[in-house]
Amino acid sequence: MTKEAIIKEFENIAGAENVMTGETDRHAYSYDAAVLDSVMPALVVRPQTSEALGAITKLCNDNGLPLTVRGAGTNLSGGTIPHPGGVVVLTNGLNRILEINEEDMYAVVEPGVVTAQFAAEVAKRGLFYPPDPGSQAVSTLGGNVAENAGGLRGLKYGVTKDYVMGMDFWDVNGELVKSGSRTVKCVTGYNLAGLMVASEGTLGVFDKIILKLVPPAQAAKSMMAVFPSMKAASETVASIIANKIVPATLEMMDNFTIRTVENFRGAGLPIDAAALLLIEVDGHPAQVEDEAAVVERICKENGATELKVAKDAAERDAVWQARRDALPALAKLKPTCVLEDATVPRSKIPAMIEALEEIAKKLDLTIGTFGHAGDGNLHPTILTDKRDKAEWERVEKGIDMIFDKALSMGGTLSGEHGIGLAKSKYMAQETSKATLAYARRMKSVLDPKGILNPDKIIGAE
Amino acid sequence: MADIHKLAQMFKELDDQLVGCMRCGMCQAVCPIFKLSGKETDVTRGKLALLDGLASEMLTDPEGVNEKLNRCLLCGTCQANCPSGVSVMDIFLKARAIMTGYFGLSPAKKAIFRGLLKNPKLFNALTEMGAKFQGVFTKKVDDMLGSSCARFNAPVIGDRHFKTLASKPFRKIVPELDTPAGSSGLRVAFYVGCVFDKIYPQVAEAILKVLKHHGVGVFMPAGQACCGIPALSSGDTDTFDSLVGINVDQFRKGEFDYLVTGCASCTSTIKELWPHMYKGDTSRTYDIGVMARKTMDISQFLVDILKVEPKELTGGQSVTYHDPCHLKNSMGITAQPRAIIKAAGCDLKEMTDAGTCCGCGGSFNIAHYELSKEIGSRKADNIIASKAKVAATSCPACMLQITDMLSQKGADMSVKHVIELYADSL
Repeated sequence: MTKEAIIKEFENIAGAENVMTGETDRHAYSYDAAVLDSVMPALVVRPQTSEALGAITKLCNDNGLPLTVRGAGTNLSGGTIPHPGGVVVLTNGLNRILEINEEDMYAVVEPGVVTAQFAAEVAKRGLFYPPDPGSQAVSTLGGNVAENAGGLRGLKYGVTKDYVMGMDFWDVNGELVKSGSRTVKCVTGYNLAGLMVASEGTLGVFDKIILKLVPPAQAAKSMMAVFPSMKAASETVASIIANKIVPATLEMMDNFTIRTVENFRGAGLPIDAAALLLIEVDGHPAQVEDEAAVVERICKENGATELKVAKDAAERDAVWQARRDALPALAKLKPTCVLEDATVPRSKIPAMIEALEEIAKKLDLTIGTFGHAGDGNLHPTILTDKRDKAEWERVEKGIDMIFDKALSMGGTLSGEHGIGLAKSKYMAQETSKATLAYARRMKSVLDPKGILNPDKIIGAE
Repeated sequence: MADIHKLAQMFKELDDQLVGCMRCGMCQAVCPIFKLSGKETDVTRGKLALLDGLASEMLTDPEGVNEKLNRCLLCGTCQANCPSGVSVMDIFLKARAIMTGYFGLSPAKKAIFRGLLKNPKLFNALTEMGAKFQGVFTKKVDDMLGSSCARFNAPVIGDRHFKTLASKPFRKIVPELDTPAGSSGLRVAFYVGCVFDKIYPQVAEAILKVLKHHGVGVFMPAGQACCGIPALSSGDTDTFDSLVGINVDQFRKGEFDYLVTGCASCTSTIKELWPHMYKGDTSRTYDIGVMARKTMDISQFLVDILKVEPKELTGGQSVTYHDPCHLKNSMGITAQPRAIIKAAGCDLKEMTDAGTCCGCGGSFNIAHYELSKEIGSRKADNIIASKAKVAATSCPACMLQITDMLSQKGADMSVKHVIELYADSL
């Protein structure tokens, strides 16, 4: 088919107003939130119906056009950067919540539903959808599933994969594949919905997702503990868990981040503190009281110099404001902000923090570290200016060193941001050549022409 | 027309500011235009990427970029919520100036900005004439809202329900004023603003009544010109500089402790854009800085300086408040106008999304009426759902837009400036 004929086909399927081929429109879908070069697609299409989505997938496959599905484009590893000359398929025309079932506690959604809007709708019905990635105000559920997004509540409530009960998705031939169900238990066939989680758009095009909902906790208590060393803070984390308490959130900030946040907000954070822990326990009111008391005791035993327990909603909000400020405050220091998410087993946090400090010193880099101490998912944030070529080379070296360290401690390349283009070169290092070969073989059968988000995760062959 | 390479060089000057955008995309959560269209080119991240694309010569279609750039209300909500603190408004205003330098100003804008705004006397004379003859072209729709619509098909008016020009502009009622400080010991300069002068003189009168009540002296020079925001938004920095010059030359003649306005847009323009964007005669720079520092919104002055306090509810009328972008996003002023509504003895009923743009956006309303109307229609729905009797705000541009939207929905309520409510209670 000629280029004009293909464009006409897209217009026939999705409507002319939903097909964009102009230079400015295509440029606006050439990037995501990763610090990577942008790549122009040839065409951008926004299907409004499930059928159109399937037909577009088939059309791309028939014509060998690379296809990248895009939600809000908040990806931090380049998973939504299109292939040169490829097609970007937007999901924000498919943003309907199809069902929220209060009796059976599940919901059925289209992929373009915004995470926070969904969580708010669910909360209105007295239920709870826990995954809360940092971009939840704009991110889409389809994107969350494709990246297996995490968030602050990972330790107690798990991540996106723990809430995917089932999914319908389009294969490259435009046939609808169904997996999972609306029941808690379901062992019918391969767990294809599970295969789709974290597949970053490389194995199928999501059509509908069935998500698990849970009852919300009745009470919660937040506190902020100040520590004289990162070691004391990390030991506190280990001790809390060893005492069989699983806080809903257990966040850590290093001294650099504390100072930056205080400079930004002026909320009275202790700028001399080596580390802060922000902790929230939730559950039945009596249990919350008990657990909060134990956490308080453990913090003190481990050398906390100060402990503030939030007495009301305003104080609770102040605790979490400090954590929410971490990224924006760091981001304002320098033009470019590289947010990493290498993750280690919880017990290795002190060693990882030490390693990060060494890397920063050795390469003369500015790194602020905060993150989900409870699940070992730290966010070393490298502050730089990508226009400074010499420093940028050191940044890339620093990223390599961070991954080496994390892997040597039995950790992982990515806790929640995905592999995308940015980390595909490290895949064999964490897994094995055979693992990569297995993944590529599987991909080559399910997507023989290699149209589904090429090069992501498994790299170019 | 300069060549595209030269244009790219001009945009490169914005590079230090453009590079601050980390492409996180959080602006998608707050942009009123994106909410409607869902298009990346309509949200700030996309627009900044387009400017970056021009600067780095990756793009070859400046006209296309310019068209996208203008699909923006300049409401500043993205900047107020930007995690990396990008100076979005500054970038957009500079980019519009560069674009206008490249493409030139449209003939209509040239006639309005350079022919009319720059010549306050001509502007005034023409609008006065218009006030006398407007009944020929328009008919009243809603007495409560005081709105009108076109009697016959007029291209600019379309299906708008608009406020007609006042039969007697404010400057004919009170041409100038120079009164000494009273019991408060304070004296303020009063910058009236075009819309109050020509459409809502009663609001300017209410401000004078309130200032008199509180024993505040007023310096109000004759010959005030437009604050310059319409010209600047269209990239016409020459006209902007002339207008700032005309105003500064009038106001530097008097002594005053504060400069107050009742218009959110004028306030933020004088306070933030005059010192920053004025590139005219440097002998005015010092006075511009002083004036900017002294400038306050009228509610802010009453609450922060005069310590006016909310009253206990006395069964007054129910009022809902719309936050103008130029107060909320630019200056963080949200509490003071609400305090004034309560000080007037009114029952404040918060609407949903009070801080969301009404969709006016100055000349955006003229160039993109359908978008403007869709955003405004949601605002009107929220206002109606509040079940208040009065929709109050702090900006005449918002008042015009809200009046249009409520009138089209046949809402049984009035639109007022908060200061009118307070003045009525004195």
